[in-house]
Amino acid sequence: MDTYNTSIRPALVRGNKDYRQVTGEIAGPAERSPAKWWYVAMTIATGALLFGLWAMYVTVVEGLGTWGLNNSVGWGWDIINFVWWIGIGHAGTAFTIFLIVFRAKWASSINRAAEAMTVFAVMNAGLFPALHLGRIWLIFFIFPYPNTRGPLWVNFNSPLFWDVFAITTYLLLSVTLWYFGMVPDLATMRDRATSKIKKGIYGFFSMGWVGSVKNWVRYEALAKILGGLAAPLVVSVHTIVALDFAVSVIPGWHTTILPPYFFVGAIFSGFAMVLTIMILIRKTFALTDFITRAHLDSICRVLIFGSMVLGLAYMTELFIAWYSGSEYEFFTFFRSRATGKYSVAFWIMVVCNAIIPQLLWFRKIRGSLGWMLVISIIINIGMWYERFVIMISSLAQDYLPSSWVSYSPTIVDIGIYVGTFGIFACGMLLFIRYIPMIAISEVKSLTRPERDDTKTGK
Amino acid sequence: MEKKYWKSLEEQNSNPPEDYLADHDYVNKNDMLDLVQGEPAGVSSSRRDFLKLCGFSLATSALVAGCERPVHKAIPYLFKPEEVSPGMATYYASTFYDGDDYGSILVKVRDGRPIKIEGNDLSLLSSGTAGARIQASVLELYDTARFRFPLAEGIKTSWEEADRNIMAGLSSARAAGKKTVVLTGTVISPSTRRIINDFLTLHPGSGWIEYDPLSFSAMLDANRGCFNRRVIPSLHFDRADLIVSFGADFLGTWLMPAVFAGQYAEGRRVSEERAVMSRHVQIESSLSLTGANADERIQIKPSQLQEVLGYLFARLRGSVPEVAPAIAEKLDELATELKSSSGRSIVVCGHNDVRAQGIVNAMNYLLGNYETTIDINTHVNLRRGGDATMQTLVDEMNRGEVAALIMHNVNPLFDYPDSEGFRSGLERVGLKVSLAGANDETAAISNFVCPDSHYLESWGDAEPVAGMYSLQQPVIRPLGDTRQMQESFLTWSGRDGEYNTYLKEFWMNNIFDSPGEGTNFQAFWNSCLQRGVYEAPPPEGTLIPPDRDYIESLLPPVGPSVSAVGEFEMEIIQSVALGSGRHANNPWLQELPDPVSRLCWDNFLAVSPADAGKLSLDTGDEVLINGSIAIPVLVQPGQTPGTMSAAMGYGRTVAGKVATGVGTNVLPLAGLAGGHVDYRISVNSVEKTGRKHKMALTQTHHSMEGRSIVRETNLPEYRANPMAGNEIREKIQKHMYTLYDEVVFDGLHWAMSIDLNACTGCSACVIACQAENNIPVIGKEEVYRRRIMHWIRIDRYYSGNSDNPGVHFMPVMCQHCDNAPCENVCPVSATNHSDEGINQMAYVRCIGTKYCINNCPYKVRRFNWFNYARSDDFDFHMNNETGRLVLNPDVTVRERGIVEKCSFCIQRIQEAKIRAKTEGRTLREDELTPACVQTCPSKAIVFGNIADKTSRIYQLFRDKRNYHLLEELHTLPSVGYLTKVKNRKS
Repeated sequence: MDTYNTSIRPALVRGNKDYRQVTGEIAGPAERSPAKWWYVAMTIATGALLFGLWAMYVTVVEGLGTWGLNNSVGWGWDIINFVWWIGIGHAGTAFTIFLIVFRAKWASSINRAAEAMTVFAVMNAGLFPALHLGRIWLIFFIFPYPNTRGPLWVNFNSPLFWDVFAITTYLLLSVTLWYFGMVPDLATMRDRATSKIKKGIYGFFSMGWVGSVKNWVRYEALAKILGGLAAPLVVSVHTIVALDFAVSVIPGWHTTILPPYFFVGAIFSGFAMVLTIMILIRKTFALTDFITRAHLDSICRVLIFGSMVLGLAYMTELFIAWYSGSEYEFFTFFRSRATGKYSVAFWIMVVCNAIIPQLLWFRKIRGSLGWMLVISIIINIGMWYERFVIMISSLAQDYLPSSWVSYSPTIVDIGIYVGTFGIFACGMLLFIRYIPMIAISEVKSLTRPERDDTKTGK
Repeated sequence: MEKKYWKSLEEQNSNPPEDYLADHDYVNKNDMLDLVQGEPAGVSSSRRDFLKLCGFSLATSALVAGCERPVHKAIPYLFKPEEVSPGMATYYASTFYDGDDYGSILVKVRDGRPIKIEGNDLSLLSSGTAGARIQASVLELYDTARFRFPLAEGIKTSWEEADRNIMAGLSSARAAGKKTVVLTGTVISPSTRRIINDFLTLHPGSGWIEYDPLSFSAMLDANRGCFNRRVIPSLHFDRADLIVSFGADFLGTWLMPAVFAGQYAEGRRVSEERAVMSRHVQIESSLSLTGANADERIQIKPSQLQEVLGYLFARLRGSVPEVAPAIAEKLDELATELKSSSGRSIVVCGHNDVRAQGIVNAMNYLLGNYETTIDINTHVNLRRGGDATMQTLVDEMNRGEVAALIMHNVNPLFDYPDSEGFRSGLERVGLKVSLAGANDETAAISNFVCPDSHYLESWGDAEPVAGMYSLQQPVIRPLGDTRQMQESFLTWSGRDGEYNTYLKEFWMNNIFDSPGEGTNFQAFWNSCLQRGVYEAPPPEGTLIPPDRDYIESLLPPVGPSVSAVGEFEMEIIQSVALGSGRHANNPWLQELPDPVSRLCWDNFLAVSPADAGKLSLDTGDEVLINGSIAIPVLVQPGQTPGTMSAAMGYGRTVAGKVATGVGTNVLPLAGLAGGHVDYRISVNSVEKTGRKHKMALTQTHHSMEGRSIVRETNLPEYRANPMAGNEIREKIQKHMYTLYDEVVFDGLHWAMSIDLNACTGCSACVIACQAENNIPVIGKEEVYRRRIMHWIRIDRYYSGNSDNPGVHFMPVMCQHCDNAPCENVCPVSATNHSDEGINQMAYVRCIGTKYCINNCPYKVRRFNWFNYARSDDFDFHMNNETGRLVLNPDVTVRERGIVEKCSFCIQRIQEAKIRAKTEGRTLREDELTPACVQTCPSKAIVFGNIADKTSRIYQLFRDKRNYHLLEELHTLPSVGYLTKVKNRKS
């Protein structure tokens, strides 16, 4: 453990806490009755959720005509938001990989919340491909199950089919990682619980954890296995989402750079979302000792890296559009995106994703919670616009100018998007209300037992 | 007649009481329908009826809900009628004529109901083709707005009652010594003409007036002046090397557009062996479909017409005119061209202006065209209406001289410019009888409505062109209690018997006597009925030179005919879809985008880009013209600066649910100058009202962006290099590599070739496809949202400057790519490739991811955004039982949430294959045609099996002009296009 106490890297948990303090401070918010702001936030989130439910009801009952799509733009806000949420859903698993595979212990105090975020984000993301089906009641056609129609199989060549598997696998694995990582803490909650009901519920979900050596050995082994499985999935899920576009023939979609570009973009937006949430959690729950400035600083460094990669990707796309000599691609990138009808969205994307994050090079800005919060939000706005630019500019102005259209969302499109925010917010609020938002057991491994020894006089 | 069974002698001898029958009839046919299908005139449903129906529906729904699904009984015939085989279509030759257009047609009847119109290829006139309005006419048979019974003062009555009252009215008019007037559209049926004339002889002093909303009265008068014959001559555009048209939209709306389009395309078909084609110069103010196809388009203002004609005529005569118009240089050139193709040219004029028509006649005579391209002996019988007689009628009516007016196939309260004068006159007419088939402005204020049956329910004949006869036969019993107008006139003439016996007798006495037809009339009749047409030897006649004095009296032209020319000049034109507005209640036609503006569900004021800039108008702005007519603006490239135009036929106030309130009626702006309706209007003020219209445009980007989409060349270049304009294809093919083996199609590989040089953009294929493939109508709002469902669309691009742009048409449907981008992205394999090269859609499998829509580079796939069938949100024809009768049972009606697209009319392919199989032979290429190919007036589309190396399509695909759309994507389309060749020097 000495390795962490160097002059280069400061202590990952500050405040010379003993185990009891750690447990108490982290489990505290989940045990106290929530503050007033929590109820206010929950009410707003539920409102958003209900708006979303109404929009989904209208979609399913009346049809996709209630959306803003048309004969040329077959995917609009639905898939923009799908990709956006999937991108956000990358951070949790990425943190876990850092922690388990690369043994980057600093991620310990973040990964629980990041994983929770991932789970809700991926759930949100998964909603859109289902809702965007014309006949959602036949969604089971997309699974390759033995049937009496031939049997009739799915089209194994279709990226959309790969998507189904990528997303469901990713969601399952994210949930599993999150849940099994929680088991020791759930046991702690169980042990500390005062009411019988709470004890029962936490007890059920902690699966009889007693904290024995055998438990810990199994736990570590499982964590390694799941982490090892998750690592390629983080790469694969957004790569496959990217293939939805890269495999097509549409100018602006049909580019080989899309998989790495999407992957980095996803990590980028996910980390930005983690930053937003961590700043909020840190502030609200006064967990400054666990989520230190060093943590936020590390996230910012990753963001700078992501921003530069994205900037490079944008430039590469433009270069290839010119260098390839394809008039259609040239039009899409230069006359539709960079200078044309979609130039506002394009430049919002470039400025938000590639330019503004460069401010994080300055230590001062990295040291200011306000700046970081603003930049992290700007990044996710920029990332939304990136998906908008890719989706709409390519579809609305593709090969035959006779089919060029304008696209604008309807209230139903907006409602579903707002609804997913509601789902996300409700999920996160319930999470911080009932589950320790930092992995207690992980953090304990970062505190210094020898100091504890000195404290107790041993 | 059903055999009568009786129980007692009393019963045998007694007739059932009349009121019992009426009651019985009433309950059976109308009661329920009235409540369900809206309120027709004259039937009021009481609250009691409503409650009864409610109770009934409640009980039924409870009953139905209890079962798994409602049981629909299919009862087989006990004795099968000879010609009806369930599931097999029967075709009957018949005739379409609506007062504007004529077509010899075949009616496809499935299980007793007509579902599709096709062209009759035995007709020399229309030679197997049909225009959009003819294609769409089958839908009107099932229009719920049609009258289902006769009305007296708006109340339901019986035929006996109506006839009694009308005949009483007629005889009292006769007794009072007042006039009875029969007002009809142009009647081209020789037997009907006889019937009306017979009727008139019973009413001395009465008159028959033929009235056309699209008036040709000036042309008729000019011909009477020149040749002493008030007729329209036959025109032969195929025989002309040089076509000069002054504002005649002969490919879109003028006289017989489908026939002319065929002739026109014939004269312009080029091949390497025969690289000659006609040249077409269009001189007009608003951009018509014909102007869009012209090799050269010269813009003039309507007021310059006479000046230009006078100048050109003077140049042709060799004299030097004193005043030279601004475009004199172009006219000099044109005069030289005309002179050098004397006898092989044709000059036509579409303006209702006697002076202009007279000069055009003189020009044609001078050029010797009357012996070759224009045939005045074989005259056209369409459009015989005279504006002056109509004006006289209005005056007489207002003076109270007309006691009875019988109107058939006319709607002057809507389409007569002086409709107010007509209305006030009508108020003084004691007996107003309308024979309208469906409710319209004029029928609504008539005393009696004696509804005419639909033409598919009626017998009839026609003589559209002198000597060319055709027969019309009913293919279904009248759906309502209607009676065809001939029988009404026969009844009122006091004659018994049915019209079909009259018709047969008429043919026996008047048409059969031609020599060479054998002696057996029945055989002659059967053969005519079967063939639909009978072409008698053309009438003999000699050409009299035009009356020189008359011509001189027209010269020199007296400047602008538009009185007191205001700031702008406006022209009332016709839209390709709606024409005079007769068919405004047809949702197919309302949703047919105008080929040039690409707008549907509206008419608009076309304003040139220059004027729009000057007046700061934008597409969608509503303006008030001359302070009276409010209409939305559409900025139309090609509109002559200083001029505007708007289409008639819109703004119906009394019509069915579809037409009412769509667009604006601009006809009240038209004037009546010198005995002719003048469609040229002086616009003194154009004010913005500040309102914005949603314009249901189906195309909003008009430039090809430099992409080689429509490939075009001109004749000299084509002669030098048959690949001219198509050079890029070689380059593309050089770069085509694939890792995969080429897919080989054995036996059948369907493909389509579209000759862009023949395609005029008339859009007949769009409606044919809609009728064949059960394509839903989605309404203005949804079209505005760019969701039109048509499987085939006519793309239109502009090139060059926006004042007078080049216009390029391209029909685009599913390209049936052999390497289709849509197929490999569908996650459930709902779209896949057949081993005959067809890109197929399995509707049942589709879950609607729309990935295929996105990945189709041609954007031809259509999505069912809503449930279009059986939904009252789409209140057109598919939400009611009657309207659904038009559906083709061979084609699935698509549910919401699935993708659809052109199938190459797979149902026709299957039908032909099964037929060949049952007959134990191989499939012949010529035995099946998709709907678009069948109807195409210019025969621009060829369909066939490209795997057969002897087929025509195989040859066309090897033509140097052939190319594939977006071939560089290596999608390997099965649709080929032949480059457009324009006949100009550069």
